[in-house]
Amino acid sequence: MTKQEIEKNVELIKEISGCDPYKCMRCGKCSGSCPSFNEMDIKPHQFASYIINGNVEELVSSKSLWKCLSCFACIERCPRNVEPGKLIDAARQLVERERGGDHLQAEDIPELLNEDVPQQLLVSAYRRYRR
Amino acid sequence: MQRIGVFVCHCGSNIAATVDVKKVVELVRYEPGVVFADDYMYMCSEAGQEKIIEAIKENKLTGLVICSCSPRMHEKTFRACAEKAGLNPYMVEIANIREQCSWIHKDREEATEKAVILARAAIAKVNLNTPLQEGESPVIKRALVIGGGIAGIQTALDIADAGYPVDIVEREPSIGGRMSQFDKTFPTLDCASCILTPKMVEVNQHPNITLYTYSEVEGVSGYVGNFEVQIKKKARSVDMAACTGCGECQAKCPLGKMGKIPSEFDRGLKNRPAIYMPFAQAVPAVPVIDRENCTYFKTGKCGVCAKICPSKAINYEQEDEIVTEKYGAIVVATGFDIINLDKYGEYAYNESPDVITSIELERLMNAAGPTGGHLERMSDHKQPKDIVFIQCVGSRCDDEKGKPYCSKVCCMYTAKHAMLIKDHWPDTNVTVFYIDVRTPGKNFDEFYRRAVEQYHVNYIKGQVGKVIPQPDGSLMVQGVDLLDNKQIMKKTDMVVLAAAIEPNKGVRKIATMLTASIDNNDFLTEAHAKLRPVESPTAGIFLSGMAQGPKDIPETVSQAGAAAVKVVGLLAKDKLKTNPCTAKCDPMFCNGCSTCANVCPYGAITYEDQLVRGPGVNETRRVAIVNIALCQGCGACTTACPSGAMDLQGFSNRQITTEVDAICQ
Repeated sequence: MTKQEIEKNVELIKEISGCDPYKCMRCGKCSGSCPSFNEMDIKPHQFASYIINGNVEELVSSKSLWKCLSCFACIERCPRNVEPGKLIDAARQLVERERGGDHLQAEDIPELLNEDVPQQLLVSAYRRYRR
Repeated sequence: MQRIGVFVCHCGSNIAATVDVKKVVELVRYEPGVVFADDYMYMCSEAGQEKIIEAIKENKLTGLVICSCSPRMHEKTFRACAEKAGLNPYMVEIANIREQCSWIHKDREEATEKAVILARAAIAKVNLNTPLQEGESPVIKRALVIGGGIAGIQTALDIADAGYPVDIVEREPSIGGRMSQFDKTFPTLDCASCILTPKMVEVNQHPNITLYTYSEVEGVSGYVGNFEVQIKKKARSVDMAACTGCGECQAKCPLGKMGKIPSEFDRGLKNRPAIYMPFAQAVPAVPVIDRENCTYFKTGKCGVCAKICPSKAINYEQEDEIVTEKYGAIVVATGFDIINLDKYGEYAYNESPDVITSIELERLMNAAGPTGGHLERMSDHKQPKDIVFIQCVGSRCDDEKGKPYCSKVCCMYTAKHAMLIKDHWPDTNVTVFYIDVRTPGKNFDEFYRRAVEQYHVNYIKGQVGKVIPQPDGSLMVQGVDLLDNKQIMKKTDMVVLAAAIEPNKGVRKIATMLTASIDNNDFLTEAHAKLRPVESPTAGIFLSGMAQGPKDIPETVSQAGAAAVKVVGLLAKDKLKTNPCTAKCDPMFCNGCSTCANVCPYGAITYEDQLVRGPGVNETRRVAIVNIALCQGCGACTTACPSGAMDLQGFSNRQITTEVDAICQ
């Protein structure tokens, strides 16, 4: 990614998630809640700093992107309203947008079903994407 | 026509960096009424003030406009300076070109233009200013302290020792507050009761202190130096003069054994009878009957306490009593509580009796507490072998559940708890999950390090996500170790939550009665965060203890002393100067509609029949009269008056509209 692309993607993640990563105080309550913690390479409490430091490429190519169950425990419990679950969800959207264009139709969903993609991801993607 | 002098201050570079001061001087020089204009580096300095005095004398100035910082900062200074030169101090107006101009703008041209506009408005106003005379009001040499915790106790003792009478109003049956619930105090580990009870006794015996316990402030009127306060003494149902505090009634109350009423003092970990003293060293040592729970009051049957009382002190007929007392100054020391944990379902506080708050732990470790100081789980009364502390529960939050501030005392009391547990029961495994350990203060960090180095308390940087009660009675703690980047699943016997501190619920009602301002978190606001930290912006109201913000005992005691000095400084004066900017009614326009009296927060407006004479009018009618001793110049009546009869001296409707005109020129 070029510098411009990184900046664009950081802005996009902030916009899609509606979250401010700068609010994170690194308390770790997200990582202390996450049921997929052990399978993740980048841990939930690191999401915010990856975005702040522009390490979007690592984030979108991480295992964590597909290991997040969208259980929303971190969103529910985050004391700072950073809501790491929404940040990683937004990062996933970046990938999904690249893949499927800018719109998601209900009839496209069966095609997208595969073992690695949690069903909740599709539900939240559909919620955000239908126009 | 006034002869006005305009003085523009550079305030070093504070104003001059953004506002072209010289240009302002040149532009305002030709405003109507202005006969002199100049600028100076620091107008408030000795030399700056000399310059003003000289200019007043040389140019025979009748009015001044100072373009400088906020009037809250230096209005007094410049008024005094004008007075020195023989000018009426109320002929001075401040154009705030610092806080409201240079500090908030970046563009030099725009800021300069705005500074000129603000100066013009002030000049237009001074043209209509009239000299005003300050009145005098007497000072009632008695103080009121609301709240009888360590903050209120210390404030009252310091005021009383200085020779002034002081009353304490305490909502609970005994003084002592939160501190009386604590076991030990950091960082020296002295026992809280041992250092507090002597002070409580001193308060009770001090000839200058009157105690109103089980009482609440019901109404406040008046102003600095002359407050009138209604205190509701709730019916104790026990004659305070007759009762010897023997405790027979508490021991015999049938409800005591039934265990239905949770003790507030023991945070619900123990039950109490319907007639009770909160704790053994209560001051005054006189019980109260909790009428909501007492069988006699509910059904008319029982009366055991009255039958067995050897001093015949029980009086079921006693009624609430309202005492009205006058005070010169009022100190708010209403203290704190911890937040309600209902919203933190993940920590299972409402699910498991073995998840407790730190105040509950204080009670459990207190020799006078529900377990006699023996640490045990509330579920099976077994001694816990493994304890987990969770820090920052509701503190430092930016969500709707918690508080945005640091509660300040939790890091220290948790280190204290951890060490006390390790000291009494060395084979207990103690873990603390923390976000940051914050221990500024004398001997504080050393104290925390002792917990780690000497007592081997396991401090883990990271927060707990969930506490899951297990079928075998233990608790599973799911948390994270951020430094090792590992998730932790840990079985434990007891979880202690460091719940965020919040101001006592009653403070809102009291602040409203006193017209004392509170912040977004309901903490009382200081008159100046740095320079007037123990005064409320409302004159005559002072702040002490946690009601103003989170703080520990040493800080509370220091602040209590500071508040007492401010009170004594006020009470030492025989007379106070009163603000001459009061409301005035023009009887020609007043039709006696009572709108102004209804909005007046100080009760300063009354009505009387007056002979009104003027062009085409010659009749006796009901008109408003303002008591200038009570009027605080808030201006509510002037905006409410439908006929424009009410006007505020120094801020008349004409002056304000002229200012607006000058701005819109």
